[in-house]
Amino acid sequence: MRVLSVAYLIAAFVFIYLPVGALVLFSFQSGSLPVPPFDGPSLQWYAAILSDGDLMRALLHSLLVALCSSAVAVSLGFGAAYGLARHALPGSALVRGLLIAPMTVSYLIIGLGLLIVVQRLGLGLSLVTAGVGHVVINLPLCFAIIYASMGAQQQNAERAARDLGADEARVVLLITVPMLMPAIAAAFFLSVTLSWDEFIISFLLTRFDVTLPVEIWSMLRSGLSPELNAIGSLVFLVSVAIVVLLETTLLKGRK
Amino acid sequence: MTLSRDTLRGWGFAAPALLWTLAFFVVPFVVMGAMSLATMEGRTLIWGLHLDNYAALAQKKYLWRAIIVSLEITLTVTVVSVLLAYPLAWIIAFRVPKRWQRLVLLLSILPFWTSYVVRSYAWLLVLAREGVVNKAMIWLGMIAEPVTLANTRFATVTGFVHFFVMLLVLTIYANLIQLPPNYRRAAMDLGASAFQTFRHVILPLTLPGIMTGAFLTFVLCIGDYITPQILGGNTELTVPQVIMVQLGRRADFPLAAALALVLMGIVTLAYLAFARWLRLDRI
Repeated sequence: MRVLSVAYLIAAFVFIYLPVGALVLFSFQSGSLPVPPFDGPSLQWYAAILSDGDLMRALLHSLLVALCSSAVAVSLGFGAAYGLARHALPGSALVRGLLIAPMTVSYLIIGLGLLIVVQRLGLGLSLVTAGVGHVVINLPLCFAIIYASMGAQQQNAERAARDLGADEARVVLLITVPMLMPAIAAAFFLSVTLSWDEFIISFLLTRFDVTLPVEIWSMLRSGLSPELNAIGSLVFLVSVAIVVLLETTLLKGRK
Repeated sequence: MTLSRDTLRGWGFAAPALLWTLAFFVVPFVVMGAMSLATMEGRTLIWGLHLDNYAALAQKKYLWRAIIVSLEITLTVTVVSVLLAYPLAWIIAFRVPKRWQRLVLLLSILPFWTSYVVRSYAWLLVLAREGVVNKAMIWLGMIAEPVTLANTRFATVTGFVHFFVMLLVLTIYANLIQLPPNYRRAAMDLGASAFQTFRHVILPLTLPGIMTGAFLTFVLCIGDYITPQILGGNTELTVPQVIMVQLGRRADFPLAAALALVLMGIVTLAYLAFARWLRLDRI
């Protein structure tokens, strides 16, 4: 490697890790301002967030919304992928286009549309409405990932099972789902990460019970604080853990 | 037309996803379209076929201004991100030893997974008056007094570029490693300089990857509310910020809906401009 390449690589990594580094470092700050000089290490801000009832409730809400909405998105996405890949349906190109369409629209607009409908119908905003929104944004992704991995090799196994007398439900549950597990799991974990981090839809579609990014948002109004650093570092850690898990277990060996 | 059992069964599997998309995406979208044609009289909403909201775009300067600000920021971010990401992807693909490549790539996009809100907050921390950058520059003797970096357009652009460089490194890297090494060798053997090889062989072949990444950057950047809201201060507003203002204090949903559709119109125009390079079916 030439000197110039190494220098560029280092500069790029400094730029990429500067905000994350500052975030994590000053979460261990001992004073009450997360700016240099560093006077830690101290774990007091982590203790502060763990005993903050609102914040921990928001964290549980986020997990709940992420897991439930991802489960729904993966189930619906799998059904659509199976139906379209295994059965000759008239107009299937149109259906595929429709299922993918939400991917091309910004989250703000999807959230706004749902908010208008919910208000017109006089329904209340809650974690459920936010979850519905998260399914809308994750369904196209789940469908695309699972649809892309439906190949001929599974089809042969499905045919064999059918010839041996398995009904449709058994074929799907005992043959297709296990064979597609890597894609299904990848779709699920990707959905969980996206939903866990999602802000604008949750912001528009929740009211009293909020998710973690929304709670962090309201904490932001009072300016810089090591407490924000601590909760931010924790959120980052969870996302990274999921990504590393995905990279090391599910995608290993797939080139 | 009679439907075979097979077709019926296929629809059975696809129906829940289809119904979900219709109910929670298509219907809200249509309602939003109708809402953009409604109008507000005081605090009451009047449905109808009014064009007031679209007329307001032409008449009210702050709305027009928001569109210009959004476009300026988005174009700057897209160009700067591509220019910074391309060399990085190049170095990872061709200069970093093979066995380290995967790790370097993974590390260079890891902060991509920080949530939007947290990432913008982290930049606020870095760019604040008392923050890391100001302290470092004072310590190095580059400046005597802290300079205002946060709550400016510079901060918004920096926050965006940080995010999109990581996204673009991924798309451009994927494109670069697919290039057969023979093309480069052939060009060099035929007497092309390194620059000529890049200009006439590598660049045209990687253009689809660049353009796909640039289009994604454009779309995600112009629709984002969080980054400009946290980092940009309140001196100038982007279109998503103006939409949120309508939803909040003013509760002017018709105008918000019209602005959302204008935003979609801009994205559609961008798609048409990028379309000749995009292979979205291959994503």
